[in-house]
Amino acid sequence: MPWVLRGLRDGVVTSDYPRRPDPYAAALPASVRPITGAPVDASPCPTGAITNTGGVARVDTGRCILCGRCVAAYPELFGWAAGSQTARLHRQALIVPELPESAEAVEQVRRRLAARVRILRRSVHVRHVDAGSDGSEEWEILALLNPVYDVHRLGIFFTASPRHADVLLVTGAGSHGMREPLRRTLDAMPRPVVVIAAGTDAISGGLIAPSYAVTGGIGESLDVDVWVPGSPPSPFSLLHGLLLAMGRLEDGGRR
Amino acid sequence: MNRFALKQVNSVAALGETMSTRLAGGERFAALLGRGHPTTGTTLTALVAHPDGITPLHATLSAGTTHYPALSPRLPAAFWYERAIHDLIGLVPDGHPRLDPLVLPHREGAHQLPQPGAAGQPDRIEPDEQALPALLHGAGVFTIPHGPVRSGVFESVEYLVETPGEDIPLLRIRPHYKHRGVQKRFEMLTVDDGVLLAERVEGIASVAHALAFAHAVESLAGVRVPPVAALIRVLHAELERIANHLDVLIKLTDAAGLAVATARFGLHKERTLRLVGSLCGSRFGRGLVVPGGVSAPLRLSASELTAELGRLRRAINGDVRALLDTSSFLDRVRGTGALRAELAREYGALGPIGRASGCADDSRVSRPYDGYRLLAPPAVPLREAGDAQARMQVRIDEIEVSFQLAHHATERLAEAEPQPLRAALPPIRGQAVGWAEAPQGELLYLLEVAEDGRISYCAPRSASFHNLVLFPATFTGDILTDFPFNEASFGLSIAGVVM
Repeated sequence: MPWVLRGLRDGVVTSDYPRRPDPYAAALPASVRPITGAPVDASPCPTGAITNTGGVARVDTGRCILCGRCVAAYPELFGWAAGSQTARLHRQALIVPELPESAEAVEQVRRRLAARVRILRRSVHVRHVDAGSDGSEEWEILALLNPVYDVHRLGIFFTASPRHADVLLVTGAGSHGMREPLRRTLDAMPRPVVVIAAGTDAISGGLIAPSYAVTGGIGESLDVDVWVPGSPPSPFSLLHGLLLAMGRLEDGGRR
Repeated sequence: MNRFALKQVNSVAALGETMSTRLAGGERFAALLGRGHPTTGTTLTALVAHPDGITPLHATLSAGTTHYPALSPRLPAAFWYERAIHDLIGLVPDGHPRLDPLVLPHREGAHQLPQPGAAGQPDRIEPDEQALPALLHGAGVFTIPHGPVRSGVFESVEYLVETPGEDIPLLRIRPHYKHRGVQKRFEMLTVDDGVLLAERVEGIASVAHALAFAHAVESLAGVRVPPVAALIRVLHAELERIANHLDVLIKLTDAAGLAVATARFGLHKERTLRLVGSLCGSRFGRGLVVPGGVSAPLRLSASELTAELGRLRRAINGDVRALLDTSSFLDRVRGTGALRAELAREYGALGPIGRASGCADDSRVSRPYDGYRLLAPPAVPLREAGDAQARMQVRIDEIEVSFQLAHHATERLAEAEPQPLRAALPPIRGQAVGWAEAPQGELLYLLEVAEDGRISYCAPRSASFHNLVLFPATFTGDILTDFPFNEASFGLSIAGVVM
C-alpha cells in the first residue's frame, strides 16, 4: 500500500504551537504598527486604518488590509510587526498602540468569556460560515486541517451541523444576503457559543465596505467575541483566535 | 480592418448580428457586460476574443429604454450574462429563455439597483427572496438544497438538486448570497487603490486579478513593464496556479476519503503558500502587482528559489504518480461530470475546464503578456474526454508546465541587470480591456478611467462566472455521490461568480 509509506515520507511536519513557539508563526509579518507614534498628516491608508487619536499615530489592525503602503511611504514611522498572535478579545484592542482605556475593558471581556467557555476548554467543534468573503479566508481555515497545523491534535474539529458546534467562525464583510442564513445558523447552535470574526473584512468590511451590498463587518449583525485581523488572516492567527475562544491561553493571548 | 478599435454598434440587434458573424469566423464570445441607468441611457458591451486581443463591441440603448431583444436565444453563452445585467441594471431582455435572478434578486420596479457605470452610489440594497422562483415540479421529484451554509468549509452558494432519488436531472445554482457590490465599489477608487480591490475580487486568484486590472491600466497608459518586473509577475502567477491546482487535488482526494493523499497535497500547498510568502511577504502574493510593474524585488536569491522549486516539484510529482496509480480513486473521477466538447465550444469554456473538453485557448499563449513574451510559450495540456478525470489531468499537466515556467523565469531573473521595477505612468483616461490567465481560466477587466484619474466603470469577468453556467449541464448520468467530485474538479470560486 504505497500511500501508507508516502505518509511517513517527510517525518513529523506538525507545528508544536502553542506548546512551544513556532518559528514560522513568530517571523510572519502579520501586522503593521507605528514605530515612533509621531502623527501623520496625510495618511496613505486606503481603508482609513491610520488615525492620530490622542496626538499619537495609531493603526487599527481591524481595518488594515496589510497592503504595506504606509510602510513604503513612511518607513521611519510604520513598520511590519513579526508574529501571528494577532487575535484580540475586544474590538478596541485591535488598535495599536493601545488606547489607554482599552486595557481594563479587555480584561473585563476576558473574564466574562472565560467564565462562559469554561466548559469548552478541552475540545470544541467549529461551524464556519462565509458571509461574503473573497475566498482566501476559506483557504486559510482549511489549511488548519493540513498536517502542518493539524488542529485535531488540539481538540479542534470542524462540523457540518450547527447543532454540534460550539464556535461560529465567520468570514466576509457581512453581505446582506447572508444575514438570515447566518442568524439561523447561530440560532441553531447550543449555548454557550463563541463567535469569531475571521479576517479584516469580517471585522470592519475592509476594502469592500462601504458598499450597498454589505455591512461594515459582521459585528453589526451579531455579538463577536474574538476578532482575528488579516487579509486574509494566516492559519496561525486563526489558530490563535480559536485558542483565545477556548480560554486556552493563560495570559489572554497578549504575548 | 483595425481589430483593436472600439466598435460602436447602434442597436442590440446589430450587436447580435455582428457577434454571430464574428463567432462564425472563429472568434470566441468572452463576455456581455452592461452599464448605466435605463432612465439616462445604458450600454451593452460584448467582448470577443481572437488571437490579436479582446475586442469590445458596444450597443447603446437610448434613455428610457428598458427592454431589448435578448441575445441568449441565438447566443446561448449570453444566458447568465443577461440575467446578471437584468439584476444589476434592470434591463429586460425580451425572449430570454429563463430570466431568473442570479446575482441580486429583485422584483420589477420594486427597487433601486446598483447601476454600475452610472453616477452616484446606491444606498443599502437587500436581495429580495420573493423574486426567487418557486422550487419544483414533477411527480416523485424532490429538491435537496445544498447551502447556502454548506457542510464543510465552503464559500456560500446554494445548489438546488432536484432528484427522484439518485440521479440529478436538474441542478440550479443560487450564488447571490454573497454578492458584495464590488463593481460599484471600484467606482470610488483611484487605479492605485483599484488594484488592491482587484486582489480581493476573487481572493484565491489575487495575482491574476491584479495582473488583469494592471494590464488594462498599462494599456491606457501605453507603457510596458520593465523585463525584471514582468518576470517576477510570471513567477507569482505560476505559483498561484500551482497552489490552486493543488487545492483541487486536495478536494478531489478528500471527496474520495483518501486521507494520506489529502494530507500530502495539503502539505505541498502549504509549502507553496509559504514560498510565495517568503518571496513577497503575502501568502497570496498581495501587494506585489502595481500598475506599471511590481512593488518590490524578490526576497529570496535565485539559488534559494531554484532549490525550493525543485524540492516542491519532486515531492508533488511523486504523489501525483501514486495518485494516478490508485485505481479506487480513478474509478470515482473517470466518466464523472462529462462536459461535451460541442457544449464547451459553444459556450467558450475557459481554463482547465475548457482544455479538458478540447478548447485550447490560453491567454498566456494566444495573447501573451508580461514575462510570457520573454519566455518560450508554455505547452497547453489538452484532453478530449471532458470528465472530472480529464479536468484533473489537465491541472496535473499544468502544474508541471508552471514549474517549468517558474524555473525559466528564475534563470532569467538571475542573469538580469538591476533595473527599475516600475514604469512611470502618465495621467490616463479612457477605456481598455485587460486580461490574464488565472488558474480558473481567462480573466478579463473592462476598465474605464475618468478625467480626474478615478475609475468610472470597472467590470471584472472571472472564469468562475463564465464556467459555472456549464456546471449543471455536466450531471448527465451522475448520481448524488458524484457531486463533490464534479464540484471539486470545476475548481471555481463563488466570490468570482457574484462579486
